[in-house]
Amino acid sequence: MSAADHKWSSLALRWVRLLLLLALAGGLAYAVLSLPDQAIGLNDQVRSNMETSGVHNPVTAVLLNFRGYDTLLEMGVLLVALLGVWSLGAAAAHRRVGPGPVLSFLVDGLVPMMILMAGYLLWVGAAAPGGAFQAGSVLAAAGILLLLSSKRLPVRLMRWPLRFALVLGLGAFVAVGVTLLSVSGLFLQYPPGLAGGLILFIEAAATLSIGVTLAALFLGGRPEAGPRR
Amino acid sequence: MILQWGFDGMLAIALLLLAWRALRSPDLFTAIVLFIAFGLVMALAWVRLQAPDVALAEAAIGAGLTGALLLAALARLNDLDDNINDSHAVDAEKK
Amino acid sequence: MNTVFLYALVGVGLFTLGLYALIVHTHLLRKILAVNVMGSGVFLVLVALGGRTPGASPDPVPHAMVITGIVVAVSATALALALLLRVRAETGRTRLPEERLE
Repeated sequence: MSAADHKWSSLALRWVRLLLLLALAGGLAYAVLSLPDQAIGLNDQVRSNMETSGVHNPVTAVLLNFRGYDTLLEMGVLLVALLGVWSLGAAAAHRRVGPGPVLSFLVDGLVPMMILMAGYLLWVGAAAPGGAFQAGSVLAAAGILLLLSSKRLPVRLMRWPLRFALVLGLGAFVAVGVTLLSVSGLFLQYPPGLAGGLILFIEAAATLSIGVTLAALFLGGRPEAGPRR
Repeated sequence: MILQWGFDGMLAIALLLLAWRALRSPDLFTAIVLFIAFGLVMALAWVRLQAPDVALAEAAIGAGLTGALLLAALARLNDLDDNINDSHAVDAEKK
Repeated sequence: MNTVFLYALVGVGLFTLGLYALIVHTHLLRKILAVNVMGSGVFLVLVALGGRTPGASPDPVPHAMVITGIVVAVSATALALALLLRVRAETGRTRLPEERLE
Protein backbone atom coordinates (compact mmCIF):
# COMPACT_ATOMS: atom_id res chain seq x y z
CA MET A 1 0.00 0.00 0.00
CA SER A 2 1.34 3.42 -0.79
CA ALA A 3 1.69 6.01 1.90
CA ALA A 4 -1.27 8.03 0.65
CA ASP A 5 -3.54 4.98 0.63
CA HIS A 6 -2.37 4.20 4.12
CA LYS A 7 -3.23 7.69 5.32
CA TRP A 8 -6.69 7.64 3.74
CA SER A 9 -7.59 4.23 5.07
CA SER A 10 -6.48 5.08 8.58
CA LEU A 11 -8.55 8.29 8.41
CA ALA A 12 -11.55 6.30 7.21
CA LEU A 13 -10.94 3.80 9.99
CA ARG A 14 -10.97 6.59 12.53
CA TRP A 15 -14.29 7.89 11.26
CA VAL A 16 -15.79 4.40 11.27
CA ARG A 17 -14.59 3.92 14.82
CA LEU A 18 -16.12 7.22 15.92
CA LEU A 19 -19.43 6.47 14.24
CA LEU A 20 -19.60 3.01 15.78
CA LEU A 21 -18.96 4.44 19.23
CA LEU A 22 -21.60 7.14 18.73
CA ALA A 23 -24.02 4.46 17.61
CA LEU A 24 -23.22 2.45 20.75
CA ALA A 25 -23.75 5.52 22.94
CA GLY A 26 -27.00 6.30 21.18
CA GLY A 27 -28.25 2.75 21.54
CA LEU A 28 -27.39 2.63 25.24
CA ALA A 29 -28.98 6.02 25.84
CA TYR A 30 -32.12 4.90 24.06
CA ALA A 31 -32.19 1.71 26.14
CA VAL A 32 -31.77 3.68 29.36
CA LEU A 33 -34.38 6.30 28.46
CA SER A 34 -36.94 3.71 27.44
CA LEU A 35 -37.00 2.26 30.94
CA PRO A 36 -40.10 3.10 33.01
CA ASP A 37 -40.01 6.15 35.22
CA GLN A 38 -40.82 4.25 38.37
CA ALA A 39 -39.63 0.80 39.31
CA ILE A 40 -39.98 -0.74 42.72
CA GLY A 41 -37.04 -3.08 42.48
CA LEU A 42 -36.25 -4.88 45.72
CA ASN A 43 -36.81 -1.86 47.95
CA ASP A 44 -40.01 -3.04 49.59
CA GLN A 45 -38.72 -6.53 50.21
CA VAL A 46 -35.56 -5.24 51.88
CA ARG A 47 -37.35 -2.76 54.08
CA SER A 48 -40.02 -5.18 55.18
CA ASN A 49 -37.39 -7.68 56.30
CA MET A 50 -35.22 -5.19 58.18
CA GLU A 51 -36.22 -6.44 61.66
CA THR A 52 -34.91 -9.92 61.02
CA SER A 53 -31.68 -8.61 59.55
CA GLY A 54 -30.29 -7.32 62.84
CA VAL A 55 -29.17 -3.88 61.61
CA HIS A 56 -30.92 -0.60 60.80
CA ASN A 57 -28.92 0.42 57.76
CA PRO A 58 -30.50 -1.20 54.68
CA VAL A 59 -27.26 -1.22 52.69
CA THR A 60 -25.43 -3.03 55.50
CA ALA A 61 -28.31 -5.45 55.80
CA VAL A 62 -28.12 -6.20 52.09
CA LEU A 63 -24.32 -6.49 52.07
CA LEU A 64 -23.86 -8.61 55.15
CA ASN A 65 -27.12 -10.49 55.51
CA PHE A 66 -29.37 -10.71 52.48
CA ARG A 67 -26.51 -10.96 49.99
CA GLY A 68 -23.81 -12.23 52.30
CA TYR A 69 -22.50 -14.65 49.66
CA ASP A 70 -21.51 -11.74 47.44
CA THR A 71 -19.52 -10.15 50.23
CA LEU A 72 -17.87 -13.45 51.09
CA LEU A 73 -16.81 -13.95 47.50
CA GLU A 74 -15.63 -10.37 47.34
CA MET A 75 -13.25 -10.95 50.23
CA GLY A 76 -12.02 -13.88 48.18
CA VAL A 77 -11.52 -11.61 45.17
CA LEU A 78 -9.40 -9.25 47.25
CA LEU A 79 -7.24 -12.14 48.40
CA VAL A 80 -6.85 -13.51 44.88
CA ALA A 81 -5.81 -10.08 43.59
CA LEU A 82 -3.21 -9.88 46.36
CA LEU A 83 -2.00 -13.37 45.48
CA GLY A 84 -1.65 -12.26 41.89
CA VAL A 85 0.36 -9.17 42.85
CA TRP A 86 2.56 -11.22 45.19
CA SER A 87 3.22 -13.83 42.54
CA LEU A 88 4.52 -11.18 40.14
CA GLY A 89 7.56 -10.29 42.17
CA ALA A 90 8.92 -8.96 45.41
CA ALA A 91 8.19 -5.45 46.63
CA ALA A 92 10.44 -2.70 45.32
CA ALA A 93 13.60 -2.23 47.32
CA HIS A 94 12.92 -0.07 50.29
CA ARG A 95 14.78 3.20 50.00
CA ARG A 96 15.65 4.43 53.44
CA VAL A 97 14.70 8.06 52.81
CA GLY A 98 13.31 9.43 56.04
CA PRO A 99 10.09 11.43 55.94
CA GLY A 100 10.28 15.20 55.85
CA PRO A 101 8.97 17.21 58.78
CA VAL A 102 5.54 17.82 57.22
CA LEU A 103 4.90 14.16 56.45
CA SER A 104 6.19 13.10 59.84
CA PHE A 105 3.92 15.57 61.61
CA LEU A 106 0.93 14.49 59.53
CA VAL A 107 1.58 10.82 60.17
CA ASP A 108 1.87 11.33 63.91
CA GLY A 109 -1.38 13.26 63.97
CA LEU A 110 -3.43 11.57 61.30
CA VAL A 111 -2.78 7.88 61.73
CA PRO A 112 -4.28 7.57 65.22
CA MET A 113 -7.27 9.63 64.11
CA MET A 114 -7.72 7.42 61.07
CA ILE A 115 -7.70 4.30 63.20
CA LEU A 116 -10.31 5.91 65.44
CA MET A 117 -12.34 6.91 62.40
CA ALA A 118 -12.18 3.37 61.06
CA GLY A 119 -13.51 2.05 64.35
CA TYR A 120 -16.30 4.62 64.29
CA LEU A 121 -17.30 3.82 60.71
CA LEU A 122 -17.36 0.13 61.56
CA TRP A 123 -19.54 0.65 64.61
CA VAL A 124 -21.94 3.14 63.08
CA GLY A 125 -22.39 1.08 59.93
CA ALA A 126 -25.20 -0.80 61.61
CA ALA A 127 -27.47 2.23 61.81
CA ALA A 128 -26.05 4.93 59.53
CA PRO A 129 -23.89 5.09 56.39
CA GLY A 130 -20.68 3.24 57.06
CA GLY A 131 -19.66 -0.33 57.40
CA ALA A 132 -16.79 -2.72 56.89
CA PHE A 133 -15.61 -1.53 53.46
CA GLN A 134 -15.56 2.13 54.34
CA ALA A 135 -13.79 1.46 57.66
CA GLY A 136 -11.34 -0.93 56.00
CA SER A 137 -10.45 1.63 53.36
CA VAL A 138 -9.69 4.30 55.99
CA LEU A 139 -7.50 1.76 57.76
CA ALA A 140 -5.77 1.05 54.45
CA ALA A 141 -5.19 4.77 53.97
CA ALA A 142 -3.52 4.91 57.40
CA GLY A 143 -1.35 1.95 56.41
CA ILE A 144 -0.39 3.65 53.14
CA LEU A 145 0.58 6.81 55.04
CA LEU A 146 2.85 4.73 57.23
CA LEU A 147 4.35 3.00 54.19
CA LEU A 148 4.96 6.36 52.50
CA SER A 149 6.77 7.71 55.53
CA SER A 150 9.17 4.78 55.34
CA LYS A 151 7.98 3.12 58.50
CA ARG A 152 8.16 -0.61 58.13
CA LEU A 153 6.95 -3.26 60.52
CA PRO A 154 9.54 -5.53 62.09
CA VAL A 155 10.37 -8.48 59.90
CA ARG A 156 8.97 -11.11 62.25
CA LEU A 157 5.51 -9.52 61.91
CA MET A 158 5.74 -9.86 58.15
CA ARG A 159 5.33 -13.60 57.98
CA TRP A 160 2.53 -15.33 59.81
CA PRO A 161 0.88 -12.35 61.56
CA LEU A 162 0.53 -10.59 58.21
CA ARG A 163 -0.94 -13.66 56.55
CA PHE A 164 -3.25 -14.21 59.51
CA ALA A 165 -4.56 -10.66 59.23
CA LEU A 166 -5.08 -11.09 55.50
CA VAL A 167 -7.08 -14.28 55.85
CA LEU A 168 -9.03 -13.19 58.93
CA GLY A 169 -11.94 -11.58 57.08
CA LEU A 170 -12.68 -14.43 54.71
CA GLY A 171 -11.94 -16.92 57.47
CA ALA A 172 -14.38 -15.34 59.93
CA PHE A 173 -17.09 -15.26 57.30
CA VAL A 174 -16.59 -18.89 56.34
CA ALA A 175 -16.30 -19.92 60.00
CA VAL A 176 -19.63 -18.30 60.83
CA GLY A 177 -21.22 -19.89 57.80
CA VAL A 178 -19.89 -23.35 58.59
CA THR A 179 -20.91 -23.06 62.25
CA LEU A 180 -24.41 -22.07 61.24
CA LEU A 181 -24.41 -24.89 58.72
CA SER A 182 -23.55 -27.44 61.40
CA VAL A 183 -26.04 -25.97 63.88
CA SER A 184 -29.08 -25.29 61.75
CA GLY A 185 -28.30 -26.88 58.41
CA LEU A 186 -28.25 -23.61 56.41
CA PHE A 187 -25.05 -21.81 55.37
CA LEU A 188 -25.02 -18.15 56.45
CA GLN A 189 -28.61 -18.13 57.67
CA TYR A 190 -28.30 -15.95 60.78
CA PRO A 191 -30.80 -16.65 63.57
CA PRO A 192 -32.72 -13.35 64.00
CA GLY A 193 -31.63 -12.83 67.62
CA LEU A 194 -27.93 -13.25 66.90
CA ALA A 195 -27.89 -11.52 63.52
CA GLY A 196 -26.70 -8.14 64.79
CA GLY A 197 -23.84 -9.62 66.80
CA LEU A 198 -22.74 -11.94 64.01
CA ILE A 199 -22.76 -9.09 61.49
CA LEU A 200 -20.62 -6.94 63.79
CA PHE A 201 -18.17 -9.80 64.32
CA ILE A 202 -17.85 -10.48 60.62
CA GLU A 203 -17.54 -6.78 59.84
CA ALA A 204 -14.78 -6.31 62.41
CA ALA A 205 -12.73 -9.15 60.98
CA ALA A 206 -13.44 -7.91 57.47
CA THR A 207 -12.36 -4.36 58.31
CA LEU A 208 -8.95 -5.52 59.50
CA SER A 209 -8.57 -7.81 56.52
CA ILE A 210 -9.62 -5.21 53.95
CA GLY A 211 -7.30 -2.60 55.45
CA VAL A 212 -4.29 -4.89 55.45
CA THR A 213 -5.08 -6.27 51.97
CA LEU A 214 -5.45 -2.84 50.36
CA ALA A 215 -2.27 -1.56 52.02
CA ALA A 216 -0.42 -4.69 50.86
CA LEU A 217 -1.76 -4.09 47.32
CA PHE A 218 -0.21 -0.62 47.50
CA LEU A 219 3.14 -2.13 48.46
CA GLY A 220 3.08 -3.78 45.07
CA GLY A 221 4.88 -7.05 45.74
CA ARG A 222 5.86 -9.70 48.24
CA PRO A 223 7.18 -8.11 51.38
CA GLU A 224 10.84 -8.96 51.86
CA ALA A 225 11.46 -11.53 54.54
CA GLY A 226 15.18 -10.95 54.78
CA PRO A 227 17.07 -8.88 57.32
CA ARG A 228 16.83 -5.12 56.95
CA ARG A 229 19.41 -2.60 58.03
CA MET B 1 -36.51 22.52 41.26
CA ILE B 2 -34.49 24.80 38.98
CA LEU B 3 -31.75 24.80 41.60
CA GLN B 4 -31.73 21.01 41.70
CA TRP B 5 -31.52 20.74 37.96
CA GLY B 6 -28.84 23.41 37.85
CA PHE B 7 -26.70 21.64 40.42
CA ASP B 8 -27.19 18.21 38.87
CA GLY B 9 -26.47 19.62 35.45
CA MET B 10 -23.24 21.18 36.66
CA LEU B 11 -22.19 17.92 38.31
CA ALA B 12 -22.96 16.03 35.11
CA ILE B 13 -20.92 18.44 32.99
CA ALA B 14 -18.09 18.35 35.53
CA LEU B 15 -18.01 14.55 35.46
CA LEU B 16 -17.91 14.31 31.68
CA LEU B 17 -15.39 17.13 31.34
CA LEU B 18 -13.05 15.74 34.01
CA ALA B 19 -13.18 12.26 32.48
CA TRP B 20 -12.49 13.68 29.01
CA ARG B 21 -9.56 15.78 30.20
CA ALA B 22 -8.15 12.92 32.27
CA LEU B 23 -8.27 10.50 29.36
CA ARG B 24 -6.92 12.95 26.75
CA SER B 25 -4.27 14.70 28.78
CA PRO B 26 -0.80 14.33 27.21
CA ASP B 27 0.97 14.20 30.58
CA LEU B 28 0.38 11.07 32.66
CA PHE B 29 0.73 12.79 36.02
CA THR B 30 -1.95 15.33 35.06
CA ALA B 31 -4.14 12.51 33.86
CA ILE B 32 -3.93 10.68 37.19
CA VAL B 33 -4.57 13.83 39.22
CA LEU B 34 -7.60 14.64 37.07
CA PHE B 35 -8.79 11.07 37.59
CA ILE B 36 -8.60 11.55 41.36
CA ALA B 37 -10.63 14.75 40.99
CA PHE B 38 -13.10 12.83 38.84
CA GLY B 39 -13.47 10.28 41.64
CA LEU B 40 -14.18 12.98 44.19
CA VAL B 41 -16.85 14.60 42.00
CA MET B 42 -18.33 11.12 41.57
CA ALA B 43 -18.60 10.97 45.37
CA LEU B 44 -20.71 14.14 45.17
CA ALA B 45 -22.86 12.50 42.50
CA TRP B 46 -23.43 9.54 44.79
CA VAL B 47 -24.59 11.88 47.52
CA ARG B 48 -27.03 13.50 45.07
CA LEU B 49 -28.33 10.03 44.21
CA GLN B 50 -28.98 9.37 47.92
CA ALA B 51 -26.25 6.74 48.21
CA PRO B 52 -24.05 7.91 51.12
CA ASP B 53 -22.47 4.49 51.67
CA VAL B 54 -21.38 4.41 48.05
CA ALA B 55 -20.10 7.99 48.39
CA LEU B 56 -17.90 7.03 51.34
CA ALA B 57 -16.59 3.98 49.51
CA GLU B 58 -15.94 5.93 46.29
CA ALA B 59 -14.13 8.79 48.03
CA ALA B 60 -11.89 6.46 50.01
CA ILE B 61 -11.36 3.58 47.59
CA GLY B 62 -12.29 4.85 44.16
CA ALA B 63 -10.57 8.21 44.32
CA GLY B 64 -8.04 7.88 47.13
CA LEU B 65 -6.74 4.34 46.89
CA THR B 66 -6.88 4.03 43.12
CA GLY B 67 -5.14 7.40 42.82
CA ALA B 68 -2.42 6.33 45.25
CA LEU B 69 -1.90 3.06 43.36
CA LEU B 70 -1.70 4.87 40.00
CA LEU B 71 0.74 7.47 41.29
CA ALA B 72 2.95 4.81 42.84
CA ALA B 73 3.03 2.90 39.56
CA LEU B 74 3.82 6.08 37.62
CA ALA B 75 6.66 6.86 40.03
CA ARG B 76 8.11 3.38 39.50
CA LEU B 77 7.82 3.72 35.74
CA ASN B 78 9.62 7.06 35.85
CA ASP B 79 12.28 5.54 38.10
CA LEU B 80 12.91 2.80 35.54
CA ASP B 81 13.13 5.41 32.80
CA ASP B 82 15.59 7.48 34.83
CA ASN B 83 17.74 4.43 35.47
CA ILE B 84 17.86 3.63 31.78
CA ASN B 85 18.70 7.24 30.90
CA ASP B 86 21.42 7.33 33.51
CA SER B 87 22.98 4.12 32.25
CA HIS B 88 22.81 5.42 28.68
CA ALA B 89 24.55 8.60 29.79
CA VAL B 90 27.23 6.60 31.55
CA ASP B 91 27.69 4.42 28.46
CA ALA B 92 27.89 7.51 26.25
CA GLU B 93 30.55 9.01 28.53
CA LYS B 94 32.58 5.83 28.43
CA LYS B 95 32.71 5.91 24.63
CA MET C 1 -37.38 12.91 32.99
CA ASN C 2 -36.12 13.51 36.50
CA THR C 3 -32.52 13.82 37.54
CA VAL C 4 -32.14 10.05 37.83
CA PHE C 5 -32.13 9.70 34.08
CA LEU C 6 -29.67 12.57 33.74
CA TYR C 7 -27.17 10.61 35.84
CA ALA C 8 -27.91 7.43 33.92
CA LEU C 9 -27.11 9.25 30.67
CA VAL C 10 -23.91 10.60 32.20
CA GLY C 11 -23.04 7.01 33.06
CA VAL C 12 -23.60 5.96 29.45
CA GLY C 13 -21.44 8.87 28.30
CA LEU C 14 -18.64 7.93 30.68
CA PHE C 15 -18.77 4.33 29.49
CA THR C 16 -18.46 5.41 25.88
CA LEU C 17 -15.66 7.88 26.66
CA GLY C 18 -13.78 5.18 28.50
CA LEU C 19 -14.26 2.71 25.67
CA TYR C 20 -12.99 5.26 23.14
CA ALA C 21 -9.90 5.96 25.23
CA LEU C 22 -9.33 2.24 25.71
CA ILE C 23 -9.35 1.67 21.95
CA VAL C 24 -7.33 4.72 20.97
CA HIS C 25 -4.48 4.81 23.48
CA THR C 26 -1.61 2.36 23.28
CA HIS C 27 0.02 3.27 26.60
CA LEU C 28 -0.98 0.62 29.14
CA LEU C 29 -1.43 3.01 32.05
CA ARG C 30 -3.91 5.05 30.00
CA LYS C 31 -5.77 1.86 29.21
CA ILE C 32 -6.06 1.16 32.92
CA LEU C 33 -7.41 4.68 33.49
CA ALA C 34 -9.91 4.16 30.67
CA VAL C 35 -11.19 0.89 32.13
CA ASN C 36 -11.67 2.59 35.49
CA VAL C 37 -13.72 5.35 33.88
CA MET C 38 -15.83 2.72 32.10
CA GLY C 39 -16.43 1.02 35.44
CA SER C 40 -17.49 4.29 37.05
CA GLY C 41 -19.94 4.85 34.23
CA VAL C 42 -21.51 1.44 34.76
CA PHE C 43 -21.82 2.09 38.49
CA LEU C 44 -23.54 5.40 37.80
CA VAL C 45 -26.09 3.72 35.58
CA LEU C 46 -26.76 1.03 38.20
CA VAL C 47 -27.28 3.38 41.12
CA ALA C 48 -29.15 5.99 39.09
CA LEU C 49 -31.63 3.44 37.80
CA GLY C 50 -32.01 2.15 41.34
CA GLY C 51 -33.29 5.52 42.42
CA ARG C 52 -36.49 5.25 40.44
CA THR C 53 -38.46 3.98 43.45
CA PRO C 54 -41.83 5.61 44.10
CA GLY C 55 -41.00 6.35 47.75
CA ALA C 56 -38.39 8.70 49.14
CA SER C 57 -35.61 6.16 49.73
CA PRO C 58 -33.79 4.43 46.90
CA ASP C 59 -33.36 0.72 46.32
CA PRO C 60 -30.43 -0.43 48.49
CA VAL C 61 -29.51 -3.52 46.46
CA PRO C 62 -27.75 -1.60 43.63
CA HIS C 63 -25.88 0.38 46.30
CA ALA C 64 -24.50 -2.82 47.81
CA MET C 65 -23.60 -4.15 44.36
CA VAL C 66 -21.77 -0.95 43.48
CA ILE C 67 -19.82 -0.94 46.75
CA THR C 68 -18.73 -4.48 45.92
CA GLY C 69 -17.94 -3.32 42.40
CA ILE C 70 -15.75 -0.46 43.59
CA VAL C 71 -13.68 -2.78 45.77
CA VAL C 72 -13.33 -5.31 42.95
CA ALA C 73 -12.32 -2.49 40.59
CA VAL C 74 -9.55 -1.31 42.89
CA SER C 75 -8.16 -4.81 43.34
CA ALA C 76 -8.26 -5.38 39.59
CA THR C 77 -6.49 -2.03 39.07
CA ALA C 78 -3.79 -3.03 41.57
CA LEU C 79 -3.24 -6.34 39.77
CA ALA C 80 -3.21 -4.59 36.39
CA LEU C 81 -0.62 -2.09 37.60
CA ALA C 82 1.58 -4.88 38.93
CA LEU C 83 1.30 -6.59 35.53
CA LEU C 84 2.17 -3.31 33.82
CA LEU C 85 5.34 -2.93 35.89
CA ARG C 86 6.26 -6.54 35.17
CA VAL C 87 5.73 -6.05 31.42
CA ARG C 88 7.93 -2.99 31.58
CA ALA C 89 10.62 -4.90 33.46
CA GLU C 90 10.53 -7.83 31.05
CA THR C 91 10.17 -6.11 27.68
CA GLY C 92 11.21 -2.53 28.37
CA ARG C 93 8.01 -1.15 26.80
CA THR C 94 4.90 0.38 28.30
CA ARG C 95 3.02 0.68 25.03
CA LEU C 96 1.37 -1.98 22.96
CA PRO C 97 2.90 -2.23 19.51
CA GLU C 98 1.17 -0.07 16.89
CA GLU C 99 -1.14 -1.92 14.57
CA ARG C 100 0.04 -1.80 11.00
CA LEU C 101 -2.51 -1.92 8.19
CA GLU C 102 -0.84 -4.38 5.84
